[in-house]
Amino acid sequence: MFGKLTPDAFIHGPVETGAQLIVVVGALVVIGLLFYTKSWGWLYRNWLTSVDHKKIGVMYLVLSFVMLMRGAMDALMMRAQQVVAVGDSAGYLSPDHYSQIFTAHGVIMIFFVAMPFMFGLINLIVPLQIGSRDVAYPFLNSMSLWLTVAGAMLMNLSLVAGEFAAVGWLAYPPLSELQFSPGVGVDYYIWALQIAGVGTLLSGINFLVTIIKMRAPGMWLMRMPIFVWTVLGSMLLVIFAFPILTATLGLLSLDRIFGMHFFTTDLGGSAMMYVNLIWAWGHPEVYILILPAFGIFSEIVPVFSQKKLFGYTSMVVATLLIVILSFVVWVHHFFTMGAGANVNAFFGIMTMVIAIPTGVKVFNWLFTMFRGRIVFATPMLWFMGFLTTFILGGMTGVLMAIPGADFQLHNSLFLVAHFHNMIIGGVLFGFFAGFVYWFPKIFGFTLNERLGKWAFWNWIVGFLLAFIPLYALGLMGMTRRLSQVDPIFQPLLIVAAVGACVIALGMFFQILQLIVSVLQRKKNIAGPDPWPGPAGGGRTLEWATSSPPPHYNFASIPRVHGRDAFWVLKEANGPVKEGKTWPERRSSALEAAHERTHIEMPKYTPVGFIVAGCAFLSGFGIVWHIWWLALLGLVAIAIILIARSFESEIEYTIAV
Amino acid sequence: MTTHPSTSSGHVQEDKVVFGFWVYLMSDCVLFAGLFATYAVLQNATFGGPSIAELVSVPFVLTETMILLTSSFTVGLALLAAHRHSGTTTLRVGYGAGKKYLVLTLLAVTLLLGLAFLGMELKEFSHLLAEGNGPSRSAFLSSFFTLIGTHGLHVFFGSLWMLILMAHIVIKGLNPGTVRKLTMVSLFWHFLDIIWIFIFTIVYLMGALAL
Ligand code: HEM
Ligand SMILES: [Cu+2]
Repeated sequence: MFGKLTPDAFIHGPVETGAQLIVVVGALVVIGLLFYTKSWGWLYRNWLTSVDHKKIGVMYLVLSFVMLMRGAMDALMMRAQQVVAVGDSAGYLSPDHYSQIFTAHGVIMIFFVAMPFMFGLINLIVPLQIGSRDVAYPFLNSMSLWLTVAGAMLMNLSLVAGEFAAVGWLAYPPLSELQFSPGVGVDYYIWALQIAGVGTLLSGINFLVTIIKMRAPGMWLMRMPIFVWTVLGSMLLVIFAFPILTATLGLLSLDRIFGMHFFTTDLGGSAMMYVNLIWAWGHPEVYILILPAFGIFSEIVPVFSQKKLFGYTSMVVATLLIVILSFVVWVHHFFTMGAGANVNAFFGIMTMVIAIPTGVKVFNWLFTMFRGRIVFATPMLWFMGFLTTFILGGMTGVLMAIPGADFQLHNSLFLVAHFHNMIIGGVLFGFFAGFVYWFPKIFGFTLNERLGKWAFWNWIVGFLLAFIPLYALGLMGMTRRLSQVDPIFQPLLIVAAVGACVIALGMFFQILQLIVSVLQRKKNIAGPDPWPGPAGGGRTLEWATSSPPPHYNFASIPRVHGRDAFWVLKEANGPVKEGKTWPERRSSALEAAHERTHIEMPKYTPVGFIVAGCAFLSGFGIVWHIWWLALLGLVAIAIILIARSFESEIEYTIAV
Repeated sequence: MTTHPSTSSGHVQEDKVVFGFWVYLMSDCVLFAGLFATYAVLQNATFGGPSIAELVSVPFVLTETMILLTSSFTVGLALLAAHRHSGTTTLRVGYGAGKKYLVLTLLAVTLLLGLAFLGMELKEFSHLLAEGNGPSRSAFLSSFFTLIGTHGLHVFFGSLWMLILMAHIVIKGLNPGTVRKLTMVSLFWHFLDIIWIFIFTIVYLMGALAL
């Protein structure tokens, strides 16, 4: 009846029980609060059933922040373990539990922090920037969100029932095969990622079509904001890379469930094939994340330098080059496989080549700032932090692209330092910058600048403290994923742990910033175009509508007459001078350029949420070999989707 | 017979949905590319089990191929029948009742051919299983079953979809909505045909020649 699920699955050691309690109590508190404030109806009507891209974006951000807390908690636990588990001391975590933690940390940070953060910002901003009322498929959009949530929840459930994978964030076989990982951990891993992966793929298609087909009249491709361009590149990568992940994890699960031999040690399986396949997805994945961050900076730097972006065309070309090149570098993740000198040389050189378009971007940002009137608001601070750490990470990356050097540095803490440089200093800082920059647009009030600066300085100092020592440790020979360490590493590990605590302080200031800003929201009301500059700093269309935008975004679809569409409109209204604020000019310029039509909007629907719920149950069924549940979930999904295909009235019209 | 050129907003909608479906097919193509690559790598990893050359029966597979190709032809005819409009070359939609039954018949034929194909595939699989050459026999057989099984699963879902489409057409007749669905089903069906041609060539023919 319940497959492998027995009461034993809920019984853990003391540390795990703590985590279990946090999850259960957390869930109970949320449910209790919803009952106490009688908010179920509100939640259902306004959020769970919403197909509005702005609400979906906000929900992605909420998911990302909640999971960031968990991922950071894992990071602190690892840092603490490596400080105390020195020499003979075993520390407070068992080796198996430690392995589960670094696996969970990596999986959470990539799939359930960085990805939802990215999709959150894309959802919020892309339709506004291209002057559209919604995405191409609003219902699919809601389904994507909820599938991502379902994956994340399945992963969190592993804290309560059973265990998580203890195999590293990419689950290399043969360790992840049944023979060496007989528990349910790897199955949780596989199905959490499969469910979330389907959501990601659907989002990728959705935004690609949105960008290609839904731009406002006059917005030619070469007039699109760079953020939209980078999202386009990123979605192309999603579409061409995520099926590889689906296939690879699918094959691993066939090995585990049906006893097949794709990656096993016996009967002809090839573990290195898995490593090749997973990195054929994995390397594009890192560009999926970083490209939108590049795009965000390309929006922020011109606004806060009060100058137009330097080298628009080269930015576009660089983006597209990165998209293509990112598919021919994957072997740099395992030069040690032994593919031979020529293969390694090819991939090493390609890796260095991909640094060129990236370098072009950096110089474009610098030239944009050159002779600009720079305003050091928090988004710009995040950019400056990004610039320093990302260049450092880029240098160490090119260093490891030399196969000979990589033989030494592979799997060492040098590598861990490198990719955190890229992924915190690059991706996360980029998304934080975007969050601060666009927050007033979405919520209608600005974030507290002073606390934002505190958060930034703690993050950057904490980051350097936590990760620079890892470069040294790597060169000293410390490998990654160690639950117990040699005493000579301890001093630097203590520095790293202090750094992690400073990062935690930075996160504390971010939370404080949110709370304080919400409390003071009446005082900090943002106009449509709140950032500084003559007549407002905004250059792109999202600043042309009110903050927050109405749910149909634009009462009438704007016409686009050039790059920086909104800036062009402002200038059309006479030279832009200091002192005059935008709102006065708005009516005349905008209204004149507008075209009025009736507004057709999609109706809210719970189907996306319900489908994802069924996927969650189905995933849970497969993990525990509760086959009837797995089948029930799938059949339910089929029936629901078929029934929906017979529904006809999925839109309603707002008269203007 | 009356005809309704689709309204401008309906047209945009159609454009968007079919284009998105194309993009989905591209991503599905990548999925199959992964499975083909896997097959290519593991093809010779028979580990004492049978090799592909020992398993192939070319006449059997050729029959399967002909069935699938014919079904692609009939679904193409169905789409043409739905789009055929006297006097214009644009893809406008006619709503004649006779046309509806023609389309339904052609879809039914396609569906039957699809099911016949699936039946043959199941027969092949059960035959292999009965001889002890299941997917867990060797890495080669794992990749063989997975590649062909994934295609078969697609054909199964395509058949299910076709059935539902027929229900739509019976209830609502031919209108821009159902014709759009028909367009997508037929795209999907042709796509599966192309994948099968690759399977036929790379797995069966090249496998048989290796003997
Ligand atoms: C918030 C500050 C963070 C700290 C203090 C931190 C710390 C760590 C530590 C200690 C490890 C284990 C290193 C080892 O194996 O010895 C690790 C691994 C990892 N981290 Fe982070 N991390 C942080 C943020 C992030 C972020 C934001 C991401 C991605 C978006 C990320 C992705 C990863 C990945 C993929 C691994 C590899 C896991 C594995 O070995 O399988 N981390 N991190
Ligand atoms: Cu890479």
